[in-house]
Amino acid sequence: MAQDSDLTFTGRLAGLAGAPVRLLFRMLELPLAAIQRGIGVRKMPWIFLLPNLAFFGLFVILPLFINFFYSLTGGIQLFPSDRPFVGTEQYGFLLECENITDPQTCREDRFWKGIYNTLVFVFFQVSFMVLFSLITALILNREIRARGFFRAVFFFPVLLSPVVVALIWKWILLRDGILNAFLVSIGLDKILFFVSPEWSMFWAIFVSIWAHMGFYTLILLAGLQAIPPDLYEAAEMDGTSSERVFWRITLPLLWPNMLVVIVLALIKGVQIFDEVFVLTGGGPGTATQFIVQYIYNTGFTNQVQNFGLASAASVVLGVALFVLTMAQLAATRRKDDA
Amino acid sequence: MIGKFKLLLGTCALALGLSTGAALADTELRMTWYNDGIEGEVMQGLLDRFEAENSDITVVLDVVPYKSIIESLPVQLAAGEGPDLARVTDLGGLSEHYLDMTPYLKDANYWRTNFGPFLKWLDPDGNAINGFMTQLTVTGPYINKTLFEQAGVALPGNKATWDDYATAVNKVADKLDIPIPMAWDRSGHRVSGPAIAMGAKMFDSAGNPALVDNGLKQMAQRLYDWHQDGTMSKDLWGSVSGSAYLGANEDFANAQTVMYMSGSWQIPQFAETIGDAFDWWAVPAPCGPAACTGMPGGAALVGLAGTDHPEEVAKLMDFLAQEKQLSEFYGKTLFIPGHLGLAESGVDFDTDDPRAKHALSTFSAAVPGISPVAFDLQGYANNRVMFNALISRLNEAIVGELTLDEAYERMTSDVEKELAEKERN
Repeated sequence: MAQDSDLTFTGRLAGLAGAPVRLLFRMLELPLAAIQRGIGVRKMPWIFLLPNLAFFGLFVILPLFINFFYSLTGGIQLFPSDRPFVGTEQYGFLLECENITDPQTCREDRFWKGIYNTLVFVFFQVSFMVLFSLITALILNREIRARGFFRAVFFFPVLLSPVVVALIWKWILLRDGILNAFLVSIGLDKILFFVSPEWSMFWAIFVSIWAHMGFYTLILLAGLQAIPPDLYEAAEMDGTSSERVFWRITLPLLWPNMLVVIVLALIKGVQIFDEVFVLTGGGPGTATQFIVQYIYNTGFTNQVQNFGLASAASVVLGVALFVLTMAQLAATRRKDDA
Repeated sequence: MIGKFKLLLGTCALALGLSTGAALADTELRMTWYNDGIEGEVMQGLLDRFEAENSDITVVLDVVPYKSIIESLPVQLAAGEGPDLARVTDLGGLSEHYLDMTPYLKDANYWRTNFGPFLKWLDPDGNAINGFMTQLTVTGPYINKTLFEQAGVALPGNKATWDDYATAVNKVADKLDIPIPMAWDRSGHRVSGPAIAMGAKMFDSAGNPALVDNGLKQMAQRLYDWHQDGTMSKDLWGSVSGSAYLGANEDFANAQTVMYMSGSWQIPQFAETIGDAFDWWAVPAPCGPAACTGMPGGAALVGLAGTDHPEEVAKLMDFLAQEKQLSEFYGKTLFIPGHLGLAESGVDFDTDDPRAKHALSTFSAAVPGISPVAFDLQGYANNRVMFNALISRLNEAIVGELTLDEAYERMTSDVEKELAEKERN
């Protein structure tokens, strides 16, 4: 019976699409019906998923395993069969530290400096980005003049390539850039922004927030607009203060969107590379060198391209991201259960 | 009528067959190239001439940024996906990927006679013929002579030391309010010449790399001090990380720095960008207790082993390496010739710019004074491992992340680590 209704639906579709598609569907009907008889109706979805799974597996799952295999090998050859197996040596090299809080005591000090910098970046970038995105979304959700225009303005940087974003800000911040020209014009001294570690980190965080905030604002704005207006009307009738409305209605109902924003921002923050690489080059010294840049340098820019060590570092990064994702899933599930 | 039609049909079929045959016989060679100045245009002119003489071979000149030559090309080659030819500067480091053209060349002796000493830079372990030097380079400083004259400060003489220059450029900068008294390319290759002048040996008695010694420390200490006292701007060396290259050519061209340590390859660029805006002079390499030396170097055009057309690559290289072509190439690009015959007979450099001529003669005159240690280092296949360790760790000391002593320890361990990884295969 189910089969009949499926065929009717298929026939209807085919009728819409014209003769060639109709022919294709007719050709597929027989083999699909045969497969369904063979494996049963419940397993049929797997047949349709198979092409996508094969594609995904080939280009995502398989590379993950290849990367893990590389992390267990050494030498400089690119082809797997040419690389000597070294077990967990690369991981041991990465994790060998006298004092884990001081990167200089670690054998691979730049790996730990990359982790330390990434944590600092993620902490400040995610905190401020979520805060600013929320404030912006709350403002853009109100009936203000030119609301559509401002929504577009805040979203515009998201459309730019990270390299373009970084180059724009580099021109602003260089020794002879626009900002220093302005400082000099009002009688102040130039500031060498990319020479001070603190300034470099500040601008890395600022530019990243500037570039990505619009995307998160959009998610929060969608969440705000999904909150039923009658809740606010009831609160208004009760004479509830706007502060209480925010804490008791807006924030709890916006929480699922907030959670998505936080986790997405965390994952994106841990993966930070392109715009900061163009903006500061990782400098001064290693002040803005993040974990992904460490992997890139180790695997590609050094004369001896250490793919094994780079792969081991990327496995560590992958594990960290996996933990973050699991935490998000757990938190979401708890919220759904509640 | 039918006969005429058949004749027409037959002619068309023949023409189609011939043109298809010709198309099938066409060979396309890809040459990866980067530009310091105008050499891409000059090379394209030579390639056009080659194609006119060899209608079955097409050469595509892929001009890429220098960074791609350093970072992307090695990965391409390791994956077996490289071009047929490339212009490279990591001469020995990429040697395993070069094509030995010896069996395909018209006259291998011509190559050995005219490119002999440089062939070993490309193939440190063997006797292969892989390519030729598109230019020889010598590292050394440029000064803004106009600023010296405006400030009334005398130019340090021929045997002046780096300290003499540091004192002089600071005086000029103070008097004229120039933001950067001295700038160096952020490059280990650039630092190595002055370090050798201070007595750095670079190798131990067994010929193994030994980067850190008293000579290197002497120069590293100076670079550190100059960054702290403002002789050099942290903005140039400090604003990037790792072994990233950063040049100060724009600062020099914009008269933002009094002295610029770079090399002979900047001549055509300065001739074009600075022109006669001010007097830019190349000066002899400043001295240390051990020598007055820069580093030799250069870029080479090499055939690559991954090519499917080794004969055609050799044919093209044979064409480009002839004296007629190279004389035109060096003359137009203002490059120091890497061809012994032309070096002896002289190249008619295509410039009336007295500054460019002066710079060319200064760098040419510097060649005999280059230290043997510098030649050994240039010929060492893994020299970039040493250069990168030097530049990245010294930089971390300059910006205050490491002490100089910690930086020296890290330089040594970085070199050991990378070489050990390389030898594991």
